[in-house]
Amino acid sequence: MLDAAWLICAFPLAGFVLLVLFGRRLGEPAAGWLATAAMTGAFAAAAAVFFALMSRDAADRRFVVTLFEWIPAGDFAVDAGLLIDPLSVTMALFVTGVGALIHVYAIGYMHGDGDFAKFFTYLNLFAFSMLVLVLGDNLVLTFLGWEGVGACSYLLISFWFSDEANAAAGKKAFITNRVGDWGFMLAIFWCFAALGSVRYLDLFGVAGSLSSTTATVIVVLLFAAAAGKSAQLPLFIWLPDAMAGPTPVSALIHAATMVTAGVYLLVRVNPLIAAADSWAPELIAWAGAGTALFAAAAATAQNDIKKVLAYSTVSQLGYMMLAVGSGAYVAAVFHMVTHAFFKALLFLGAGSVIHALHHKQDMRGYGALRAAMPITAGTFIVGWLAIAGVPPFAGFWSKDEILAHAWDHSVALWLVGIVTAVLTAFYMSRLVFMTFFGQSRHAVAAGIASGDGSASDVDVGVGSGSEPHEPPHEPSALMTAPLVVLAGAAAVAGFINLPFSSELHFLGDWLAPSLFGNEAHLASGAATQWLLAVVSLAGAALGIAVAAAVYLRQRLPARRFERPAAARAFYFDELWTRFVGGPGRRGFEAVAAFDAGVIDGAVNGVGRSVRAAAVTLRRAQSGFVRSYALLTAAGAVALLVWFLIRASV
Amino acid sequence: MGPAGLSVGWYLALAVALFAVGGVGLLVRRNPLVMFMCVELMLNAVNVAFVALGAGLNDVGGQIAVFFVLVVAATEVVIGLALVVAINRRRAGATADDLTTLKG
Repeated sequence: MLDAAWLICAFPLAGFVLLVLFGRRLGEPAAGWLATAAMTGAFAAAAAVFFALMSRDAADRRFVVTLFEWIPAGDFAVDAGLLIDPLSVTMALFVTGVGALIHVYAIGYMHGDGDFAKFFTYLNLFAFSMLVLVLGDNLVLTFLGWEGVGACSYLLISFWFSDEANAAAGKKAFITNRVGDWGFMLAIFWCFAALGSVRYLDLFGVAGSLSSTTATVIVVLLFAAAAGKSAQLPLFIWLPDAMAGPTPVSALIHAATMVTAGVYLLVRVNPLIAAADSWAPELIAWAGAGTALFAAAAATAQNDIKKVLAYSTVSQLGYMMLAVGSGAYVAAVFHMVTHAFFKALLFLGAGSVIHALHHKQDMRGYGALRAAMPITAGTFIVGWLAIAGVPPFAGFWSKDEILAHAWDHSVALWLVGIVTAVLTAFYMSRLVFMTFFGQSRHAVAAGIASGDGSASDVDVGVGSGSEPHEPPHEPSALMTAPLVVLAGAAAVAGFINLPFSSELHFLGDWLAPSLFGNEAHLASGAATQWLLAVVSLAGAALGIAVAAAVYLRQRLPARRFERPAAARAFYFDELWTRFVGGPGRRGFEAVAAFDAGVIDGAVNGVGRSVRAAAVTLRRAQSGFVRSYALLTAAGAVALLVWFLIRASV
Repeated sequence: MGPAGLSVGWYLALAVALFAVGGVGLLVRRNPLVMFMCVELMLNAVNVAFVALGAGLNDVGGQIAVFFVLVVAATEVVIGLALVVAINRRRAGATADDLTTLKG
């Protein structure tokens, strides 16, 4: 079965090709079902590979399937090979699993869209790229997938491109990601220059004997790449804007799968991080912690439901980076998996709400939707409790494992983490209370949306077919069924890695072959861990209680908690704009001048000198045949003389 | 040795003389057809040298080389005469020095 691992990638690729050829003819909903079938096939293949890998010994669970020679160029040989190991299979499983559910949901959500088939074409292409990224056995193949998901992200963010804002958001995402890609490319070059190979297994083999400077440089460059893709400070700015895409896209790409690629990449190269100077992981941990706190603070003041979830995603990705930097790779992957479930659930739930309220995204126009949409509300509440860190839901376990490792690493990191946890509980509760509880404010929604520029009704373009004044209602079963499945997963996913005893550490044991013993072990005892858990539980309770006091009972004025600076994400966009417009621009122009003057100058200089030589030499071409003959004869004589002299010496 | 006791040297001398006549003719004449004949003369001078040396050294290779030269000369005649005819059709009475359109 392991040899057939290529099927995981082949299903979405086949789906993409079929949809490109016949998508328009298939139309709605057949195109959607074809795409879903492709994803389901990929999930089945991933599951089969998972079980085949399970049946092997732990030491044997690493397997390379070489498909073909991709770039044979002397010393630089890159094969299209798949690295099948616990880490990549875990990723493949949740990418295909959550992906298939979101495909089903999208059939309902995209109902009536003019470009229905095109949407699913892009989704399948995205899934293929993501799986190449995850399963590639070398940096170059991963980079191919990396760029593929970036391109699909661009296409899907600006899917409703007739609105200028959506097109701009797509461009912003793509260009911001290019900054990170630059780091990835330099890392690949550096790897090849220093190690002569870009294959992961080769890298891991020599990682121990690597000079710490080399390892540090590569790790920092890869972190730059990860900061772009996984929306870390200071490159996170594209993710909130990426919400311009259709909601299933936000759920699949900008919450569950693509944005975790950066974390995955860093976990993948854990032997290099282990070989690097200690400040490199420290940098990753602090960047993650900073991002987590920053984005959580920004999320508390957003009024657009998708913006809240977007900043929440940035914040949760910060947690994962914090885990990676603390050496808690298992915790990072654990949180990645649980986050994929609950954040996909939350986004899809938000999508249902947006769908029911005729594409109004401003939460100030929501309220009391619990009665009208019981399934959405129920599943959303599961997701809320999971992300807020309430046991026994998934988020509690994974977040607590990260916090425990952060405590071990440094108390300051833990403090940032716990403050973030309080803020997370607060802003998620705020979202839930404003949306599903309290009084209905649907009637005033239109007035708010038109009177406030920050309320972006970007999610338009889908003809939901309902009348403007139709009361909100539960969407079709196509959309609620994935919610229920994801809610189930979000409720129980925590049990794959329970902290109580080492036998319950299923995920940790499973991932061990991919981590080469680089996983940090908790030094603090059981008592400390219990205490930490109680503190974080208290933090969650505090966040929920404050949100309830403000938004449910209106005991405190909301204005005191919704800071304008937080609503604008602390003017980070403005900061970037000022930098890129001012000193940044001068720097880029200097680089461009260097390129035009020195690089292009060298190339053009060669051309010019050849030209000048030709101008001089053309005078020899007099056009007189007889003078040519004379020169030929003289040359022959000269050669003859030359040979005679040489022979006689 | 050839008939009348002529040594190889005489034949080579003849070849040199023919080659020199051809070469000088090529350089001093301006009529394309005459220049062409001079080239033929030079080729045949080489043929004489080949045959003479082949006979003198008792090596049949010299005569074989002549065949190659003859074949090349034959093809050259085909193309060369065609060129001469074409030149005369376009510009009747043109000398080699008049044909300078490919001047650099």
